[in-house]
Amino acid sequence: MINKRLTLLILAVILIASPFFFPSNFYYRIGSLIFVNGLAVTGLVILIGYAGQISLGHAGFAGIGGYSCALLPVHLGLHPGPAAIVGALLSGGIAWLVGRPILRLKGHYLAIATLGFGILVAMVLANEAWLTRGPDGIDVPDLGLNDLLELVGIDLTNSQFWYWFSGLVFLVGAWIALNLYDSPTGRALRALHGSEIAARTVGIDVARAKLQAFVISAIYASLAGSLLALQNQFITPDVAGFMHSIEWVTMAVLGGAASVLGAFFGAAILTTLPQVLTVFQEYEQILLGLVMMLCMIFMREGLLPSILRAVRGREK
Amino acid sequence: MPELMQFLLSGVTVGAVYALVALGFTIIYNASDVVNFAQGEFVMLGGMITVFANLAGLPIPLAALIAIAATAAIGVALNKLAIEPARGAPVVSLIIITIGASIFIRGVAQVVFDKQLHRFPAFSGDTPIQVMGATILPQALWVLFGALCVFAGLWVFFTKTLTGRAVLATANNRLAAQLVGINVNWVMTLSFALSAAIGALAGVLVTPITNTSYDVGIALALKGFAAAMLGGMGNPIGALVGGILLGLIEALTAGYLSSVYKDAAAFIVILLVLFFMPRGIFGKSSTDRV
Repeated sequence: MINKRLTLLILAVILIASPFFFPSNFYYRIGSLIFVNGLAVTGLVILIGYAGQISLGHAGFAGIGGYSCALLPVHLGLHPGPAAIVGALLSGGIAWLVGRPILRLKGHYLAIATLGFGILVAMVLANEAWLTRGPDGIDVPDLGLNDLLELVGIDLTNSQFWYWFSGLVFLVGAWIALNLYDSPTGRALRALHGSEIAARTVGIDVARAKLQAFVISAIYASLAGSLLALQNQFITPDVAGFMHSIEWVTMAVLGGAASVLGAFFGAAILTTLPQVLTVFQEYEQILLGLVMMLCMIFMREGLLPSILRAVRGREK
Repeated sequence: MPELMQFLLSGVTVGAVYALVALGFTIIYNASDVVNFAQGEFVMLGGMITVFANLAGLPIPLAALIAIAATAAIGVALNKLAIEPARGAPVVSLIIITIGASIFIRGVAQVVFDKQLHRFPAFSGDTPIQVMGATILPQALWVLFGALCVFAGLWVFFTKTLTGRAVLATANNRLAAQLVGINVNWVMTLSFALSAAIGALAGVLVTPITNTSYDVGIALALKGFAAAMLGGMGNPIGALVGGILLGLIEALTAGYLSSVYKDAAAFIVILLVLFFMPRGIFGKSSTDRV
């Protein structure tokens, strides 16, 4: 649709150029949240867009990633940076274990199974207070990278640092996802999206391919959870909640589930929207629900593919 | 022994509510292949509209009737305005539409009503009845009675009436139903009205026990969906069994193991059931056609 290099170029330009238009430090914070959400949504693009599998529980992996950054330093004395990597490996491992039986399910059955998984993670995080300090949340230690940059003469405010750091992680994530698209694994995923039986007849190990997509997307979600925890320096079990999973899936589908660029725009719109809607106060929920419904009714393939089609239609 | 009896009784009561919500899921799923996550909001609307109509001076039976009729109308509006225009959209998009609808309805309820907890008096007082050493509220009997009536009524409707059979035919094969002259769009409208009305009735019956507020819908929708999947999506008997089973599992877990993990038990059981029976307890096995 839009090729790999162009997508990366557009994303890099957005990352570098946006700060010129930021009137205040607060906008760096929003920008960084967009990249964090964009990272998780890019993972879902691989799972939903490439492989055509639903997950309503990916916030569970974000919970695992986020709490790794909080708990490993407290209980094992690990630095929060490596803790995020350990969290990602843990999420990948859990996704591998859970994915094997779950991914045999299809459609709504897969939806309820992943939903159940996410809720179980959120519940453990909220109830095992001896480990996680319970529903009120827990402090996350500082990553310390910003202080290190200060030593070499780069002086950034906290929000600025997290904007650039999340942006870079997102770009790397986008680059990997884009490379995956044309790789043998990516082709296998897209083939089984079209028809599992047809994919099997050409020799694709369908179960393995699905599991790969599930594990990769879990690692993306886990890293997004870690980034969120590290920049807030605080985390609550809500990060693993049902609504958080739904938010990410909506971002993925809103942008156009099969496109990394779409994932970014979906994340950008749905991250900014609540900030804008707070002006409407009590009508916020009404408007959010309305936007979700209208977008899905009128732009079924998502924002980006629909717009591209409209533009191309005019050219003809 | 009285202890076990107590858990069983409360489990069956909660289970009856889950069964009604699951039945709502099933009816809409059969007619349109849509899993309607706004199903829980119908239960909320049933309770809330009754509360506010009652506060406005109407007697409870009349208020309840108005609530059920109004909710049915909202169900029809949901179908006409959001589901029909999106016909043929992928499963994920339809899930997001109904979740959007549920957020929307919750938002409206929060503005039109308020954020407080509400209840109205139980139909036949609050004096507990002794059953084999356990106690049960008269209202719980109303819940069970209501659920029984709905399931019996639907059984008659689906097997004995022409309209009911038309709905079943549409559920089986939409195109074939259309070819023999069944108005498929009308069947969908009817299904949404029926499903919303059943949800609202559940809300009316259970509000005196559990209280209601604008945000009770989402939890009920998740439980109802889980119950429907447990029984096997699309099967009314499955909805009944799944709902009661879920209620019992929760009550027994809360009673004997841990009350904080009662919600977890429900989902663990669902995961286990799906591992061994990927289409639920009563689900039909199916083959893919290429």
